[in-house]
Parts: sequence; C-alpha cells; structure tokens
Amino acid sequence: MEEFWYWMEVFVSGTLQGVMYSLVALGFVLIYKSSGVFNFAQGSMCLFGALGFVILLEAEYNFWFALLLTVGMMIVLAIAVDWVVLRPLTARPPITLFMATVGLAFFLEGLAQLVWGTQPHGLDIGISDLPFEGLPISISRFELFAAGISLVMIGVLVVFFHKTRVGRALRAVADDHEAALSVGISLRMVWGVTWAIAGIVALVAGIMWGTRLGVQYSLSLIVLKALAVLILGGFNSISGAIIAGVIVGAFEKLLDVGISVATDYQFGGTESFSAYLLALVVLLFKPYGLFGDEIIERV
Amino acid sequence: MNAENNGRGAEPLLQVENISLSFGGLKALDSVSLEVRKGEVLGIIGPNGAGKTSMLNVINGVYHPQEGRILFEGKDRTTMRPHEVAASGVARTFQNVGLFKAMTTLDNLLAGRNLFMKKNILLQAIYFGPAQREEIRQREKVEEIIDFLEIQNLRRLPVGALPYGLQKRVELGRALAQEPKLLLLDEPMAGMNMEEKQDMCRFIIDTNEQLGTTIALIEHDMAVVMDICDRIIVLDHGAKIAEGSPDEVRNNPEVIRAYLGDE
Repeated sequence: MEEFWYWMEVFVSGTLQGVMYSLVALGFVLIYKSSGVFNFAQGSMCLFGALGFVILLEAEYNFWFALLLTVGMMIVLAIAVDWVVLRPLTARPPITLFMATVGLAFFLEGLAQLVWGTQPHGLDIGISDLPFEGLPISISRFELFAAGISLVMIGVLVVFFHKTRVGRALRAVADDHEAALSVGISLRMVWGVTWAIAGIVALVAGIMWGTRLGVQYSLSLIVLKALAVLILGGFNSISGAIIAGVIVGAFEKLLDVGISVATDYQFGGTESFSAYLLALVVLLFKPYGLFGDEIIERV
Repeated sequence: MNAENNGRGAEPLLQVENISLSFGGLKALDSVSLEVRKGEVLGIIGPNGAGKTSMLNVINGVYHPQEGRILFEGKDRTTMRPHEVAASGVARTFQNVGLFKAMTTLDNLLAGRNLFMKKNILLQAIYFGPAQREEIRQREKVEEIIDFLEIQNLRRLPVGALPYGLQKRVELGRALAQEPKLLLLDEPMAGMNMEEKQDMCRFIIDTNEQLGTTIALIEHDMAVVMDICDRIIVLDHGAKIAEGSPDEVRNNPEVIRAYLGDE
C-alpha cells in the first residue's frame, strides 16, 4: 500500500506539472489555429510578461494592480505585433511569418534585457510550495493552485470560443480565411484579439513558471517542453494541448522515477528529454498528433 | 427567362468597367466590362480558364484589378477589401464550398449574421446580458433561412460531415444570412447529382423571386444556366465574347466556336 501511494504521488505531481505545460502549449495553439503560424515568440512573451510583472511587484505595487498593468502591457504588445509584424506580411507564406516570429522572439528578449536588466528575479505570489497535511500523498499547494488557475483559464477560453460572437469569428477564421472574409469578418480584428489572448495566456504561464523557476532568461525555454506537448496533441487542438500536457507531465515523472527505482538510483534524469522521445514516437505513428486535424492533400 | 421577368433588371446594381487583371505575365482578364442589373439572375459562363472565377474574385475584392473600376450602387469600390465588400451588401459562395467545417450549421449561419451584430467588441466577447439578447435576435433571422432552405434537421450537425450537396445548401444559407443585395454563386451545382441540382435550382429561383435578391452565378451545367438565368455573359481567354438572353447566346457563333473549337 505504501508503494501504491508513492507512485500515486509521482503520478499526481506529474499530472499537475503537465497542466502547466498545457497552459504554455495553449498559447501556441491559439495563434496556430487562427493564423496558421507557429509563434516562436510565445516563450519570449512568457518571459516578457513575467518580467514586467515581477518588476512591478518589486516596485511595491499592489498585486492586482500589477497584474492589471501587465495584462494591459500584453494587449498593447499584441496590437503592436499586429501592426508592425503581421499587417505588412499578410498573405505571405507561413514560413515567412514564422521567421518574423523568430525575429520577434529575439527582439522581445533583447528589449526586456534593455529595459529591465539581466538580473534573475525571485517571484512569490503568496502561495507556498509546501504539501498539504493529512493526505496519504503529499501534493504541493502551489502545484495544485497553478493547475487550478490553468484549468480555469482553459475553461474560460473554451466558453469564449464556443458561446460568444467573437469566439465564433475566431473559429470561423481558423476554419477558412477566405470564407470568413466573405461574411465580413475582419482578419485583422481577429488576429489582434488572438494575439492579445495568447499574450495573456503567456503572461499567466510566465507567472506560474516564474514562481517555480525564478524569472530569468531560461524561462523562455519552457516553450521547448511545450513543443513536445504540441507534437503529441496536434498543433490546432485546444483539448489536444490540454490532454497532451497531462500525458507528458505524468509520463516524464513516472519514467524518471521508474528508471531510478529500477536501477537502484544508478540512472535517472530522464525528465529532461523523455518528453521529446515520446513526441518522436508519436510523430512516427500519428504525424498530426493524437488530436490534430489530419490534412489530406490531393497529389 | 420568362414573361414576368420582363421589365425587371433595367437599373444597374453593379458595374464593372474595363477591368484588366494579370498575374505576372498571365492575363486573366483583359478589359472586361459587364453590369449586373437589379433583380436579375445573371449567368457568367465560359470554357475552363476563361476568367470566370477571377471575375468573381475581383468583384468580391479578393483581387484588385490593375485597370478599370467597379461601381456598386453607383459608388466606386475598386479597391475595397473582401470584408468591406461583404459589409457593402455582397455575399458569395465558393467553388469548393467555403464553409466553417468544424462548426455546426447553426453556427455557420450565425457567422453569416456577423455584420448585423455591430455591438461593442468587448461586450460581444462575453456570453451574458446584451450579447445574449442580440444573439437571440439574430437567431430568429437564421431560423427563417433554415425554414426557407428546408435544413431544419441539420441545425446541430457539424457541416464537415454533411454530404456535398447539403454543404452547398448550407453555404447558400450562410450567404443569405448576410441579407445581400448581390449574391455571387461560384458553380453552385458543381459535383451534384440530378436531384440535388433540381433542389438548388429551386432555391436559387426562390431566392431571386421571393427575397428579390440579385444573383450573378458561374456554372458549367448549360441546361441549368439556360434555364434559370435572365441574361448570360460569355467569357473566353479573359475577354467577353458574347452577352444576351439564353437564346441569343445559345445561337451565337462566337460562343459555339469557343466551346467547340474552330472546325
């Protein structure tokens, strides 16, 4: 029984971390769905948002006020990206837009360094990383909180996408650009809104991961883990991103601990690469991911 | 097409004047002029590669012509973008069905009402209150169209799973949801069987006669075109080679040559 709870704890902790991966992956999916662009700058947006937030907190601003200001900052950023990067490149092939987002990624990191310096910052949002008492397994308060916030965000987005007019316009654009234009939906409005939402998702993900890892430049590298999640879940499926995030989180934790235990703690540390291994295997058998749209082209 | 249409369609709704469009060295349209008259069903026909779809895309604002101008209700709108064209009262369907395939029939038609829901974008991004009341108002109009096209049983189905003929019908429904002054149909019968074609013909005629919508359509099925169009324009190699009533066009030697070749 002892052993069962031990593995249960590994599983739950992996799952909760997985939900945080999902949150990062979600930002990619939003933009990919609406414009067919893989936004390389998503990680930089996480860093940019988290850094802005932590600087405001350190300047003794109220928590909620700082959050509101950074949300505003991400929206302004989204509008700026829309104007400066996306508009001039409308109707260019996706690879051009992708390269533009690579540029954007480096620009944002550079800008953040220029404005806020290169120091790493600790971020404390007032939720302790201590486990709950009295449970058979130990679950970190913070992990549970972060997973909860992620789920709420995801839930809000799902309602927004499926029950509101703007959400319907976003889905319409994701489905067929030309047809969306023909019913009078402005692509630019939709892209502006999508980038703003992706920016806010990036901010929340940045704050969560920043609390975990500290706000510093390697924060933008969490996108690499999200990449494995995206490959697993498919680039254009919101539910895919969520489920794949959980799978990746649980898988890498269980594998890591499993190997450690099986080899009597001689080997371990697979957590840093096992997600990509999983993605690779999925690519071999399901190239569009587990939940992505299969694209069948007539040759 | 018959007596009751006489006298209708005298006044021009859309005028296309000396339009030229080329892609690099390829001339898709060469100084073409045409007009769509209020209340008529205009057929645009021609062999493959004649420039029919290019013409539709120019009218729709997808392409902007290098030369010439377009007047809609007397106003110049040569350089309008597609969503602005839609806002001015032009709806269209696509050759290969341009539906939002992952969405239900209802959502597709509601998306067609997009232009009529001009409330504050922030308010429309929430689900409750004024946004929901607006949604109900739009829903009533959509229900009328659903009845008109006899697609009551498709409301909740994702359109990607429907048979092709029904997809075309839903697409027509979405265009009608825009309450267009001018409806552009790009091969509305393509890929349909006989029965589906008859249904579609009936809906096009009903749209024209009951709703009073002006229609311009591209179609390859000659029997259909001759049957439902008041006037026909024939394009070949990017130029207009004939124009007139179905009978006039049918007997025009230029047209016969374009279709059958010199012999």
